[in-house]
Amino acid sequence: MPEVLVCKDGEIAEGGVRLIRVGREEIGVIRHRDKYYAYRNLCPHQGGPACEGLRMPQVVDRIGEGGILLGQTFDEDDMHIVCPWHGYEFHLADGCHVIDRQIRLKKYNVVQRGGEIYVAV
Amino acid sequence: MNEHTRSFRDLSSETFDTRTLLKNAAEQAIDRRYEDFFIADVDSHHYETEAFKEIAEFIEDPVLRHEAKFQGTSRGGISSESGSYQEIAGRITRYPERKNEIVPPKPHRDIVLMERWMDQLGVDVAVMFPTPMLNLSNCPRHEVEVGLSFAYNRWLCDTILDKEPRIKSMLYLPFHDPEACCKIIEQFGERKGVVGFMVTATHYTRNYQNPYMKMYSMLQERDMPLGFHAAFTWADQSLALTNRFIAVHGLGFTWCNMLHMANWLVNGMPERFPKLKTIWIESGLAWIPFMMQRLDNEFMMRTSDAPLLKRRPSEYMREMFFTSQPMEMVDNRKALEVTFEMINAPTQLLYSSDYPHWDMDLPATIYDLPFIDMQAKKNILGGNAQKLFKLDPVLSPVKQARLAARKAAGIAGVAAE
Repeated sequence: MPEVLVCKDGEIAEGGVRLIRVGREEIGVIRHRDKYYAYRNLCPHQGGPACEGLRMPQVVDRIGEGGILLGQTFDEDDMHIVCPWHGYEFHLADGCHVIDRQIRLKKYNVVQRGGEIYVAV
Repeated sequence: MNEHTRSFRDLSSETFDTRTLLKNAAEQAIDRRYEDFFIADVDSHHYETEAFKEIAEFIEDPVLRHEAKFQGTSRGGISSESGSYQEIAGRITRYPERKNEIVPPKPHRDIVLMERWMDQLGVDVAVMFPTPMLNLSNCPRHEVEVGLSFAYNRWLCDTILDKEPRIKSMLYLPFHDPEACCKIIEQFGERKGVVGFMVTATHYTRNYQNPYMKMYSMLQERDMPLGFHAAFTWADQSLALTNRFIAVHGLGFTWCNMLHMANWLVNGMPERFPKLKTIWIESGLAWIPFMMQRLDNEFMMRTSDAPLLKRRPSEYMREMFFTSQPMEMVDNRKALEVTFEMINAPTQLLYSSDYPHWDMDLPATIYDLPFIDMQAKKNILGGNAQKLFKLDPVLSPVKQARLAARKAAGIAGVAAE
């Protein structure tokens, strides 16, 4: 599978995104906690540029014994890609919509080699 | 084989620009050849708050003008009754970023921003409404509602509609003051770009009361439609029981139009003003079959309650107009298809984007539907609005250029419309 050089490791800031164009497709390469993820910059909902939005952690309703709501918090271990057009949220880890796994961003494998970041297309 | 990328974008160094945000929409427009037909967007918005200093200068009453300039019109913070997190706490990036968008000094910023998104979506003509003013009807001081509505309408006609033929509007009516509504119709009914009048639906007034009949007659005589634009207010006693935006919005935007629709029907307004066209704006579509079934069922058992009606309520509803957004589209194709049949969508449905709001719909939401034919799609996307508002179906300069390029390249399938 052809690989496309994205940048040197570290060129994308923590939490940042670099968008590269391969043919007609734009791919967002996201760095989060020193790992890289690559998805097509196209939301399956209405076609928004999903990788250009925020990354937000899963919101959690904290429920205690007896169904009591204790409050809300973020689950920082489940980061989401949020499409800026309508707010559709996808797990950063696999690109699946947080409720319906059939709705997903197109995922690309990221290869780190020799201090450089590649996307396999 | 390794291949170096020749260009890249680094979002940290980009300034917000509507054209960039909507570049995928432009690709949809090109792929689907929207230049082959006219698209009218019957419900879009701007943020009049950004031009409020200008609008305040149009307030005639000097005391109110001073107060408006002092107080401004921005919504309150998180604790205010109208405060909300429509933008999903920053997730819809165009809300916080819009203020950073760079525009040329002329034409007016609102015109530039409107044209940018319209061109990307493939929209030729858009009916533009304000945003925070949708809740002006909840202002307890009715003289403030009247003063601001006159000022806004004058500003809108002088500054936007006179200058840009692609932007139209249905003007705000201060519904608590029927006489003022009539004055607005008289004063602005002939102004360029005014295609109707609009009531915001979160008011607590009864649309069947006698003082409104003069206004309805005036609109009927002028053949200008009356729109009921939905909204929500967290100040509503029932909706104040909700604690999440999804609940107050999902219920509020339908409930207010359901309420006014029920009053409109059972008081026989379609019989009293048979030629007055009504448009029910921004409540989506799912509520309409519910209302039709519910009212028909009850009406057949108690026709004496609505003696002016000569037909079932649903038959009158089928002659009304509805805007499409936010169209309920998740896993409900059968229901949506039935809804289209029940409302006679090919002649009564009007495409609307609601851009730039968080739940906006692109033209593809209509264009990609598998169960209606191309003529119905064209009607909904523009033809119905063209007839209803007597619009000149001129394609935007961007679409005209696209069409010319196709012709020059000898690409087949160029429509002669």
